Amino acid sequence: MKPAPFRYVAAKTVEEALALKAEHGDEARFLAGGQSLVPTMNFRLTQPALLIDINRLSELAGVRNGAADRLRIGAMTRYRSLERDPAIERKLPLIHEALPLIAHPQIRNRGTIGGNLAHADPASEMPAIVLTMGGRLRAQSVKGERWIDASDFFVGALTTALEPDEMLMEIELPVAAPRSGACFMEMSRRRGDFAIIGVACIVRMDEAGKCAEARIGLCNAGDGPVFAAAASQSLVGKAIGAADIAEAAALVQGDIDPGGSIHASKEFQRHIAGVLTTRALTTANERARRDH
Amino acid sequence: MSTRSFGAPVRRNEDARLLSGQALFVDDVELPGMVYAAFLRSNLAHARIRSIDISAARARDGVIAVYTAADLGAYWAPGPLLVPPPPIEDTIFNQRTQVPLAKDKVRHVGEPLAVVFAQSRYLAEDALGDIAVELDPLPAVVGLEKAVNGASATVHDDVHGNIAAHVWQGRGDYASARAKADHVVARRFHYDHGASSPIETRGIVANWDARANQLTIWDTTQAPVFLRNGLAGMLGLSERQVRVIAPFVGGGFGPKIMLFYPEEVVIPWAAMKLNRPIKWIEDRLEHFFATTHERGQTHDAEIALAADGRILGIKDVFLHDTGAYNPYGLTVPINSQCTLLGPYVVPNYDSTFTAVFTNKPIVTPYRGAGRQHGVFVVERLLDIAAHELKIDRAEIRRRNLIPPDAFPYNNEIIYQDFAPLSYDSGNYEPILDKALEMIGYRNFIADEQKRLRAQGRHVGVGIACYVEGTGIGPYEGAKVQVQSNGKVNVATGIGTQGQGHFTVFAQIVADQLGVEVGDVDVVTGDTDQFYWGAGTFASRGAVVAGNAVNEAAKAVRQKILKLAAEHFECAEEDLEIANGEVSVVGVPGQSVKLGALALAANPMRGAVKPGTEPGLESTQYFGPPGGATASGVHAMIVEVDPQTFSLNVLKYVVVHDCGTVINPLILAGQIHGGVAQGIGNAYYEQLVFDDDGQLLNASLADYLLPTSLEVPRMEIAHTVTPSPLNPLGIKGAGEAGAIPVGPLFAQAIEDALGLLDRNVELNEIPLSPGRLFELTAKLR
Amino acid sequence: MTIDRHDVTVTVNGTQYQRTVESRLLLSDFLRHDLLLAGTHVGCEHGVCGACTVIVDGAAVRSCLMFAAQVDGRDITTVEGLAPDREHLHPLQESMRDCHGLQCGYCTPGILMTMKVFLEETPSPDEAQIREALSGNLCRCTGYQHIVQAMQLAAERLRKPQS
Repeated sequence: MKPAPFRYVAAKTVEEALALKAEHGDEARFLAGGQSLVPTMNFRLTQPALLIDINRLSELAGVRNGAADRLRIGAMTRYRSLERDPAIERKLPLIHEALPLIAHPQIRNRGTIGGNLAHADPASEMPAIVLTMGGRLRAQSVKGERWIDASDFFVGALTTALEPDEMLMEIELPVAAPRSGACFMEMSRRRGDFAIIGVACIVRMDEAGKCAEARIGLCNAGDGPVFAAAASQSLVGKAIGAADIAEAAALVQGDIDPGGSIHASKEFQRHIAGVLTTRALTTANERARRDH
Repeated sequence: MSTRSFGAPVRRNEDARLLSGQALFVDDVELPGMVYAAFLRSNLAHARIRSIDISAARARDGVIAVYTAADLGAYWAPGPLLVPPPPIEDTIFNQRTQVPLAKDKVRHVGEPLAVVFAQSRYLAEDALGDIAVELDPLPAVVGLEKAVNGASATVHDDVHGNIAAHVWQGRGDYASARAKADHVVARRFHYDHGASSPIETRGIVANWDARANQLTIWDTTQAPVFLRNGLAGMLGLSERQVRVIAPFVGGGFGPKIMLFYPEEVVIPWAAMKLNRPIKWIEDRLEHFFATTHERGQTHDAEIALAADGRILGIKDVFLHDTGAYNPYGLTVPINSQCTLLGPYVVPNYDSTFTAVFTNKPIVTPYRGAGRQHGVFVVERLLDIAAHELKIDRAEIRRRNLIPPDAFPYNNEIIYQDFAPLSYDSGNYEPILDKALEMIGYRNFIADEQKRLRAQGRHVGVGIACYVEGTGIGPYEGAKVQVQSNGKVNVATGIGTQGQGHFTVFAQIVADQLGVEVGDVDVVTGDTDQFYWGAGTFASRGAVVAGNAVNEAAKAVRQKILKLAAEHFECAEEDLEIANGEVSVVGVPGQSVKLGALALAANPMRGAVKPGTEPGLESTQYFGPPGGATASGVHAMIVEVDPQTFSLNVLKYVVVHDCGTVINPLILAGQIHGGVAQGIGNAYYEQLVFDDDGQLLNASLADYLLPTSLEVPRMEIAHTVTPSPLNPLGIKGAGEAGAIPVGPLFAQAIEDALGLLDRNVELNEIPLSPGRLFELTAKLR
Repeated sequence: MTIDRHDVTVTVNGTQYQRTVESRLLLSDFLRHDLLLAGTHVGCEHGVCGACTVIVDGAAVRSCLMFAAQVDGRDITTVEGLAPDREHLHPLQESMRDCHGLQCGYCTPGILMTMKVFLEETPSPDEAQIREALSGNLCRCTGYQHIVQAMQLAAERLRKPQS
C-alpha cells in the first residue's frame, strides 16, 4: 500500500505554506501529524498533488492565554504535549479526560489538534469536544485571517468551513468556569478505536445550586459533531437530579442522527447515547458541585 | 537419558537475533537487480472478464513486464488438490481449485487478474492503475442457504447448487436413541471464524540463477518441502534444482500452509522468464482477500438425552462456507464433524455436512481448523440441556465424560488424517475438577455471584470442554550431527513461525547427547538442509518432528558410545555423556570431548569400516500410527455492563493436557496466544461481507484484533496423560487455546445477564455489544 | 512527470546518513531497504499494528506514517540501536528473552521501541499502565501476558543502578 506520487515541500515559514496553498488549492494538502492523512494516502484514497509539510513551523505549536479566561492552542500542538500539560488538566478538563482515549500513544506523539480538527471525521472525539466547549477556530490565508465558531466550522463528514486556500492556525477555548463540571465518556470496541458514541458535557451551576448552563455534544452521532441543543437546554434552571438527567438523555436520543456501521447499528448508537449521557451528566454534575 | 533440559523452561536459542533485529524474514531479502511485483485484483466478487488491457501499464517508465493469464501459456493450470476427500462412503466432492491468474471469470473479490513487475513496489502499484479491466458483473453467491437452494447464481458454472461436497458420517442409530430419549434439545447455531491476520503478511522472493541452474525461493510458507516438490514439477525442474527457504516467519496460524497460492505459482515462473530476482510482499489490504480465511457454518443440531443428562445421541446437519475454491479438501468441516464429539460418550451420532461454494476468498484451516465450530455446537447443546433439565452445567459435562479406563477410545468416524477417530489416551475428569477449583466455581455460584449482583454487578461464569486431535502423520524426519567443534547441528523439514522449534528440538538433543541447549543449532524450513517432510500444521510440529529429532539423537548417542568404547577399550555401560564429553565412570581423567570424537569419526587416513558411516550423524524419521488426543477445559468469569453490554474478563483459567511437556514456558505462550485468538474470534473479529460479496472491513482499523487491553491475564495448569503413540509421550498444543472460547463466552454472558431464564440464548459467534443489544431486544 | 526527490541527512542509531529520496518514500521503507536496517518491520501501512514503531527525536512513532523526506536533520533510534554493544543486550531485550515475551518476533521491535520510551517516562508502572502503553502494538502470537511480565522485569532492572 504505497502512496501515489506527489510533490513535497517542507515549508519554512507560514507565509510560504499559505502561498503554496493559495496557488494549488484543493490539489495541495497540509501535512501536520499525518496520522489521519497518510493512511488514506497509503490506501490511495487520497492523492494530493502537493504535500505542504508544516511540521517545521514551530510558531504554530503551543498553548498561550487568550483574552479573558480563554486558552489558545496552536494547531500544530501535538496531542502528547497537551497530555503532559498541567494547565490543560486544570483549565480544559474535558480535553484532558478525552486525550487518553484518542487512538494510542504513538499516534498522539505525532497527531496534532489542528490536524485532527481539520480532518473532521464525524467519529473523532476532538471536534465534539471543541463544539461542546463553544470554541472558535482561527483560519488564515494569503487574503487574511478570520475566526470561525465551532458550530460553523464542522460542515459535514470530513468537510470543514475552511476555504481551499486556508490553513487552521489555532483553537481558542473557554477555560473551565467556577462551579462547573465537565465529563467526557465514550464507548468503543477496543481502547483507542473510534467511538461508537462519545459524549462530552459541561454543566455550570449558579450560586443557588441551579444549572446556569449546560452543554452536551456527541461524536459519531451524525455526519459531524452534534450539539444536543434540546437536551442541553432542558437542564437550565434545574437542580439537576436523576429525573432531569434521564429527561436530558432521552432528548439527546432525539437530537442525534447516527449513521450506523458494521460495529453498531443506529439503534444501538442511539441507545448508547442515552446511557452515556446519563452517566456523563451524573459525573459532570457531581464535579460541578464539588467545585466551589 | 537425563532430564536436565527436557521439561525445563529453557530460554530460547533464537531470541537474541529476533530481539536485535538480526533475524531474516522474507521481506529482508535483498538481491541485486531485484524487481518488485504487484497484482491487479478483482474488485467484484463475481463477474465475467470481458477484457484486460495492459498496454498502458507495459508502457510506463520503470515497468519491466505485465502479464495476464494468456501470457502464462501452457503453464496456466488450476492448482492441485492438496487434500483429497477422506475415504467415506457416498461422499460427493466437486474439486475446483484456484488458478494463477483469472481467466474468463472472477469468483471472489481480490482474485488476481494481472501482475506487474517494476523497479519498485511503488511503481508497480502505479502501473496497476494503468490496467483497464472490463468486468461484466454477475450476482454474487454469499449466503449459504441461498447458495444451495437453487435460486442463487453458481460460482462454478457446472456445479449445480454450489455443492462443493456432501458427507455423512455417523455411528450407531440416532433415530432409535431419539425415540428412547427423555429430553431432546434442537437448535440452529451460527459459528463464524475469521482471518488469521499474522503481523507478517505473506511474501515470496524468487531467484532463478540460469548459470547455476538453480531456483531459490524464500517464502513465508509453513510447508517448504511440499512447495519445493510442487513447484519443481510445475516448472519442469528437478527437485534438486529448487531450494525453498522459509526463514523466520512472522506467524503462520494455518493460512500460510495453503500451497500454490496464485502468487506462489506466478512469481517463480516469472523469475525464470524474466531472469531477474523477483520480490512480492503482500500488503495488509491484500491479505484480507488474497490469503485464506476460515469462515462460517450454520448447524441445525439436536441432542437426545436421558433425564439425568446423559447423552443418548446427537444429530447435526450443517452448511460449511468453503469459498470460491476448495483446494484444501474437507479438512475443516471434517474437523468440525469429529471434534463435535468432544470428550463425551456419544453412543449414537448422525452428522451430515454440505460444503458450499461462495464468491468469497478460499477457506482453509486457521488455528483450530474447524474444531471451534463443532465444539460450539455440542457445548451449547449441553448448556441448554442443563438449563432445561435443571442440572448444573459442570455436572452435565461430568456425567458424559469418557471414563479414564476407556482408552484408546474409538469414535468410529473418519478424522482429517483419514484414520478412524481414536483418542489415544486421556483422563478428563481431573481436568474439569482442576478448572472448577481454579475458577472457584462452586463458591462463585453459591455465594459470590449473588453478592455481586446485590451490588448491581452482572457477573457470570463459563466452563467449556474440548478435545483436540493432534500430532497426525504422515511423518517428519530429522538429521542430527555432532561437529568437530563439539556443537550439534539439527535439521528438519518443517518450518517455524514462532513455536520455538529452535529451542525445543535443541532441548531434546541436549538431553540425549549431554550438551548445552545453547550448543545445539537447529535449522528448520530449508529444503537444502533437509529433503523430506510435510509441514507445520495441525499441532504436529513438536510431536512428529520432535520425535524424529529424538530418534536421530538417540542414534547419534549410540554411535558416540560405540566409538568412545573402542577409544577407551571399555564397555559402553561404563561410559557416561555429560557436559559435552564422554567419560569413563569412576575413572577421573578418562574423558574425550564430543568434538574430538566427531573428528575421529571422519578419518583423514584409514578406511571407514564396513557397516559404519563417517561422522557422528544420523537421519531418522517418525510417522505416528495416529493422532495423539490432547484435551482441556477453559473457565472464565466475566462482568457485563447490562446497559452498554461492554464486557470485562475478570478471571480466565486454562487446564490443559498435552502429554509430556518439553518446555513449559513455550507451552504457556502457545496457550496464551491461542486464547487471545479465541477471544478475538468470540467477541471482536468478524469478516463482514455485503450481499455483493464485498468485504466491508478490510483494514486493521475495522477488523478488530484484540490488544493488550482486551486479552486478560490467564492462569494455566496442566495434567499429563502421556501419549502411547510416541516415545516422548507428547501431544500437540498449538491450537488448543483457540478452540473452546466461543461457547465459553456465550455461556458466561448468558450467566452474567441471566439470559436463559429470560428465554434468550446466545447461539452464534461472534458476539459483540451491538449484537447482544439486538438479541436482548425483547427484554426491553 | 519528473520524480520529486529530496536530500535527507538523518542520524540513525548514532550514525549519520546522507541520502536522496523520492518524496513519497515511507520512512519504514527507507530504514529497511535504503539503510538496510531491516529490524523495523512492516505489518499494515495504515498506522494500526505498531510493528513499524521507531523513536524519532525521542518520541515513539509509526514509521509507516512518515515520509523519509520528513526526517532531515532528525535523530532516529531503531531496534538495531537498542543493545549497548554486540556482546550485551538492553535490559528490555534480556527481559523479553527471560520471560518468553516473543514467539515469531515480528511485532517485537515495535514493542521494544514503544516500551523503551514508556519505561523512561514511567519507571515504576503497574500492570494496568503497562497494558495501556502496549495497547498500540498488536501481537498475534503471545496473548501479551509474557510481554507484560517482561516489562515488569525490565522496569525493575532499569531501576537498579548499573553494576
